[in-house]
Amino acid sequence: MRALVWHGKEDIRCDTVTDPEIEHPRDAIVKVTSCAICGSDLHLFHNFIPAMLPGDVMGHEMMGEVVEVGPDAKGKLKKGDRVVVPFTIICGECDQCKRGNFSVCQRSNRKKDIADKVFGHTTAGLFGYTHLTGGYPGGQAEYLRVPFADTTHIKVPDGIPDEKLLFLGDIFPTGWQAAVQCDIQPTDTVAIWGCGPVGQMAIRSAVLLGAQQVIAIDHLPERLEMAEAGGAITINFDEENVVERLNDLTDEEGPHKCIDAVGLESHVSPSMPDTVYDRAKQMLGVESDRPHILREMIYVCRPGGVISVPGVYGGLVDKIPMGVLMNKGLTIRTGQTHVNRWTDDLLRRIEEGQIDPSFVITHTVGLEEGPEMYKVFRDKQDSCVKVVLKP
Amino acid sequence: MTAHISNIARSKGDPKVIRSGPSSMGAADRLAKALGWFSIGLGLTELLAAGRIANALNMQGKESLVRAYGVRELGHGIVSLSPDKHLGLWSRVAGDGLDIATLMTAFRHDNPKRDNVGIALAAVLGVTVLDVIGAQAVSARHSRPQGRHRSYRDRSGFPQGLQSARGGARDFQTPADMRAAAPLAAVSDRAPQERARAH
Repeated sequence: MRALVWHGKEDIRCDTVTDPEIEHPRDAIVKVTSCAICGSDLHLFHNFIPAMLPGDVMGHEMMGEVVEVGPDAKGKLKKGDRVVVPFTIICGECDQCKRGNFSVCQRSNRKKDIADKVFGHTTAGLFGYTHLTGGYPGGQAEYLRVPFADTTHIKVPDGIPDEKLLFLGDIFPTGWQAAVQCDIQPTDTVAIWGCGPVGQMAIRSAVLLGAQQVIAIDHLPERLEMAEAGGAITINFDEENVVERLNDLTDEEGPHKCIDAVGLESHVSPSMPDTVYDRAKQMLGVESDRPHILREMIYVCRPGGVISVPGVYGGLVDKIPMGVLMNKGLTIRTGQTHVNRWTDDLLRRIEEGQIDPSFVITHTVGLEEGPEMYKVFRDKQDSCVKVVLKP
Repeated sequence: MTAHISNIARSKGDPKVIRSGPSSMGAADRLAKALGWFSIGLGLTELLAAGRIANALNMQGKESLVRAYGVRELGHGIVSLSPDKHLGLWSRVAGDGLDIATLMTAFRHDNPKRDNVGIALAAVLGVTVLDVIGAQAVSARHSRPQGRHRSYRDRSGFPQGLQSARGGARDFQTPADMRAAAPLAAVSDRAPQERARAH
């Protein structure tokens, strides 16, 4: 089959690879009908997430049709079922899964020993990601083996196009969880840094959840336009001082809730000297992430407020104003998304026409164009916001 | 090759590379990578063999300068190998200018090693051409055209309209483990007693 394969920093290739095979009675094989390039794939593309290996199949946002089912998954899945595959692999039986904390499933990471050593305790296995999370082959491919398939799937009905459903596997529940963990009140101002795909979903989620005011921060005009279309007041950080503008919009009180939909690769600009400092340290390998957004959120957030971090961080950050965080009594909520905790509700909202996540798609191409689209997406060329691949 | 070696970390049913296809790296990226590693190699050589380089050019007493240039080369290499490779390559072009200017001071008729200096100058000039080509190609490949962008003003994502979407999910109950801490609950419209109970 064909698949997009990681060969090293900035080197993704459309390779011919062997077909995946059922290994365990709970496995299933899915024929991928649509998959997407996620913003966090770019962190792998740049090799900022440790423990990728040449030959790893990329992709953690995919859907398709079940074509083979292991004997222990047969009660829950059958050939021909249409499924979205969440990026988190879940056993459904461990203590964390029972609590709904699916992204920290205790059993699905097949390289648990490494994760225990690096993270202290293992987290869930993830598709198309680092070997710290199992090194499971991803779904930017024609076929995908789904481990723990009886629990790791979201059944979706026929008659709704892939484009409306695909993002149930990652960015939609990720933006939703980012907003939910802010516990949005009708009087709240929610500020969202980053108008990429997750930021766009977080904006829509905050609007749906009834925030009084949603403010979106970016510098790319097409992304700011999309944010505005979704109901956000926008701040272009190339043109305005973010802290001053946020204070203007909140009677000098600061936003109640702040969402970081940027993560470890914040924009670098001489007008924000800490970003240059972070980039230099990152190049020298003495800091893995660029946490400018975290610093800014901690500074501008209203005392007692909530900081929600769906943006991916990979390792060590520097110069986090812990004193400000502590003295302002801020709450930080983070984590990979507990996808299956939200998907029944979100699927209902899609079916009822409350939201159509396909608004974010700007490019749809075949798998063979995938390597070039990584570059286009990374360089924000051709007004690219979200790429869908059709294997 | 490395993809095949790494198969030892994969299980039996995992896909394994049979044949490699087109890459996200263009010719410009590969040139940048090669020049980046060249910078690292040259930088290490200048750091570790500064005396021999100075002798070969009859520039005794300039060992510290050669070492400083070595550190500079390492910097060029690190940036050229990073996602900001265009900055690395343009910094290499500036460094080439500095190298040429320094070598010109030794390209004198009374220098018994003038031939060596000439060879070094020719090499630097050749590499400068590659650096300029690489820097221009990488800048062109990865730049984002200024001023032109598609309009996404009609992409609300709300089929029933923005106004009906506002608060449309107020039926959603925030799970207990994701409720906000007490200080911010106080700004809601609920009565103080309720706020106290809720948190």
